[in-house]
Amino acid sequence: MSTTTLSAAEGLAPADEPVQFYELNEHPHPEGHSTMLGFWIYLMSDCLIFAILFACYAVLGGNYAAGPAPKDLFDLNLIALNTAMLLFSSITYGFAVLGMQQGKLRMTQIWLGVTGLFGAAFLAIELYEFAHLIHLGATPQRSAFLSAFFTLVGTHGLHVTFGIIWLVTLMVQLGKHGLVAANRRRVMCLSMFWHFLDVIWIGVFTFVYLMGMLR
Amino acid sequence: MSHDPHNGADGHHEIEMPHASMRDYTIGFILSVILTAIPFWLVMARPLDAGITAAIIMAFAAVQIVVHMVYFLHMTPKAEGGWSMTSLIFAIIVIVIMLAGSLWVMHHLNTNMMPLPHDLSQLP
Amino acid sequence: MTPHPAPEVGPFLGRLSIDAIPLHEPILIFTFAAVAIGGLAVFALITRYRLWGYLWTEWFTTVDHKKIGIMYMILGLVMFLRGFADAIMMRIQQAMAFGGSEGYLNAHHYDQIFTAHGVIMIFFVAMPFITGLMNYIVPLQIGARDVSFPFLNNFSFWMTTAGAVLTMVSLFIGEFAQTGWLAYPPLSGIAYSPNVGVDYYIWALQIAGVGTTLSGINLIVTILKLRAPGMGLMKMPVFTWTSLCANILIVASFPILTATLALLSLDRYVGTNFFTNDFGGSPMMYVNLIWIWGHPEVYILILPLFGVFSEVTSTFSGKRLFGYTSMVYATVCITILSYLVWLHHFFTMGSGASVNSFFGITTMVISIPTGAKLFNWLFTMYRGRIRFDLPMMWTIAFMLTFVVGGMTGVLLAVPPADFVLHNSLFLVAHFHNVIIGGVLFGLFAAINYWWPKAFGFKLDVFWGKISFWTWVIGFWMAFMPLYILGLMGVTRRMRVFDDQSLQIFFVIAGIGAAVIAVGILAMLIQFAVSIWRRDQLRDETGDPWGGRTLEWATTSPPPDYNFAFTPVVHDLDAWYDMKRRNHARPVTGFRDIHMPSNTGAGIILSGIGLVMGFALVWHIWWLVGASFIALIAGAIIHTFNYKRDFHIPAATVAATEDARTRKLAAQSAAGA
Repeated sequence: MSTTTLSAAEGLAPADEPVQFYELNEHPHPEGHSTMLGFWIYLMSDCLIFAILFACYAVLGGNYAAGPAPKDLFDLNLIALNTAMLLFSSITYGFAVLGMQQGKLRMTQIWLGVTGLFGAAFLAIELYEFAHLIHLGATPQRSAFLSAFFTLVGTHGLHVTFGIIWLVTLMVQLGKHGLVAANRRRVMCLSMFWHFLDVIWIGVFTFVYLMGMLR
Repeated sequence: MSHDPHNGADGHHEIEMPHASMRDYTIGFILSVILTAIPFWLVMARPLDAGITAAIIMAFAAVQIVVHMVYFLHMTPKAEGGWSMTSLIFAIIVIVIMLAGSLWVMHHLNTNMMPLPHDLSQLP
Repeated sequence: MTPHPAPEVGPFLGRLSIDAIPLHEPILIFTFAAVAIGGLAVFALITRYRLWGYLWTEWFTTVDHKKIGIMYMILGLVMFLRGFADAIMMRIQQAMAFGGSEGYLNAHHYDQIFTAHGVIMIFFVAMPFITGLMNYIVPLQIGARDVSFPFLNNFSFWMTTAGAVLTMVSLFIGEFAQTGWLAYPPLSGIAYSPNVGVDYYIWALQIAGVGTTLSGINLIVTILKLRAPGMGLMKMPVFTWTSLCANILIVASFPILTATLALLSLDRYVGTNFFTNDFGGSPMMYVNLIWIWGHPEVYILILPLFGVFSEVTSTFSGKRLFGYTSMVYATVCITILSYLVWLHHFFTMGSGASVNSFFGITTMVISIPTGAKLFNWLFTMYRGRIRFDLPMMWTIAFMLTFVVGGMTGVLLAVPPADFVLHNSLFLVAHFHNVIIGGVLFGLFAAINYWWPKAFGFKLDVFWGKISFWTWVIGFWMAFMPLYILGLMGVTRRMRVFDDQSLQIFFVIAGIGAAVIAVGILAMLIQFAVSIWRRDQLRDETGDPWGGRTLEWATTSPPPDYNFAFTPVVHDLDAWYDMKRRNHARPVTGFRDIHMPSNTGAGIILSGIGLVMGFALVWHIWWLVGASFIALIAGAIIHTFNYKRDFHIPAATVAATEDARTRKLAAQSAAGA
């Protein structure tokens, strides 16, 4: 007999049953039960930051200031490779989550490590791309288009960097404490973060690189 | 608390977490590959005209985002009591307003405040 | 008027040098002396009474939402005195500077004053006050023991404080921005503001912004996840509803401010071209983006206070709030509509008729839900048994004052009218009208209403009434002349005037400001006298006003754990329902209560953030790098702490509750 069903019945208490105003047999909220929703809402706020960067790119992205335009700069083969790295890292993170669900710490750790490597590959390719652009004179200072480009793509890259730092930290914590509840929550939060970065990248490769070549 | 049948290791209920499956990840991955490869091919090979290509790749991007949401992020209307979906929809609405509004406003501002003469050779 | 950049001194100190200290500005020297003496006195007293340990363990490292709420209120109050000092200085200058007189402030100083006044009042007074209020009251109103993320709560507070400290430091080391509170480029760009002022502005707001955004997430999740059993969304108190919507606005708008200021800082530090005049930049884009944040911001400020007015009106009319459902819908409508009006802040920038018409119409539409709320409050009062305690007095003053401000807002919403009145004193009068009439009067109502809950004794009524009347009279005296001046065409932010016939209006406004100053002083005296006489003003019941919501079900002040047993909710106005149905307060069967532990991580990380902000302002790059690494390392180290909670033993709970049982029994025996 639970006190909460009484309250759910909107006070239609049977005549002989006193109305409960206090939870005498309290079931406290499980530790960390707000975490996933809280992190999700944080990700929504992060999406808004990217939305502003996309808006700036949309408004200022045509202002080449007589400098190089997307057609002069973008190498779609490189971007396709980069996109593949990120997509692979998403699926490998999925494998890590599966390992965690099955209680297999080693499997989780291995797949997390592989994810980190794919992420690092993504960053390396992106840094190479940036270095090449700068070498060509297409610096962030050259035009509003390039300012917007470097900031949008660079902010995404910074997020990936932080994700990798977090991933390494989490691997150390998993090594120390194993698949305790707190670590499971953290794996799921990083999972949300990681997949979100892939979602943002879909926007980036579509609106920056592919549309850029179509302009 | 001690007679709680759902005791986890720390004596509390287990938190509900989205359930991942190999099937979901595989479907999501394959769909994502297709939805990425086709746009890249369309832009690199240019079999179609630019306007149609743009429309297709934008549509594919939207679909792929939904694929990621469903198969990788396990988004359902039931997640977190419906609040995940609600906050996502609200965020999308705000983002659409901001993007569409900014484009509309800035386009009008630029047209009115930075008009270009038809003959560009007349620019200083 | 050539801007003077602070030259790079060297790798160790960046562009910081002894020249940064404004030794040539007597007003600042005097202020510094006063602050230094006052600060040293406070430090000396704390040391003398050996309170550092107490302050650290009980306050600085607390994760208790009630203490954090009180600290926010103290921050807001301290910064309010600074912001008001700026206001008085402006009033004096503007009353003086006629007939050839330059006044006593040069342009360089005056421009910093009006900028700092706006920045401080919005970010370091209004925001902390409402955050403090929501932090204290919302968990109690929903029957929870704390917020969802108590450590994050502490961190948010200290980040806000760090932003405030950085702003205050700019007074004595370097300078503040001279761009107005929104720092429009190109003036705020590196070419026209090469000195440190805008950098102080940027980093103070970025640091505080992180705190605010995290606090927004915290309160949303708290309200969604931690409500007492039986409290569905449509049984939540209206204050909780407005807090939920305000926090949704925070989370959905502050990232815009963060991103936009980040782009401005990239322009200044790296030389990008987002908002420059050349290389394809668009300063108009900054104005567009900053107001996409700026408009929701003003609704963030007012919505919680609308909730306060709902609570106060129903309590002091002795009636259930009229039209609860329509209140909720009105609040949600305002939340969504606040994203559709932002262009009304720059009708004159040149978007043209179609764009201006759209936003003009949406701006007029958004006044409708607010009107609905006002009618609901009036209908609540109708046929109620109204008690004119101070919270209700402030509410009535709000109704009369805010409505005028709202109406001038609808006037400004008409683009052709705005073309005449944009950036005039009419605009300044309008927004002060709604902010003072709405936000400030609401805060005073809230403070008088909930002070007994927080501290266990009521506020002194005599000094409260003096404060009330001087504030109301002073406000009208200070701002009605500005409406007239605005209609006559006077521009805002002017330091010197040529037209002698305008002076009388500024003098009246200055006297009004002086009357407000008396009101502020009276309020400080009210606090002091109340603390002095607290035993006579004591509230023993926990429910001094006959409240209707759950915060009144606890003692005053509530115990650390808020509720020994989580309440079960059956109806709106849950506490009123419990009283009406003669609830029986459980006096036995207490259990251990699970609580979060205190932590020093919040204040330490925020302190490092403050150092990093300062280093960024002065281009001390090695310190930027070092503090950044320390910040990341510190955050990572904090995540290695898995032991973040403890239990209050059942015996302690029993002892606390028994004391309350005895007190309540003594009261009913005495026929209280």
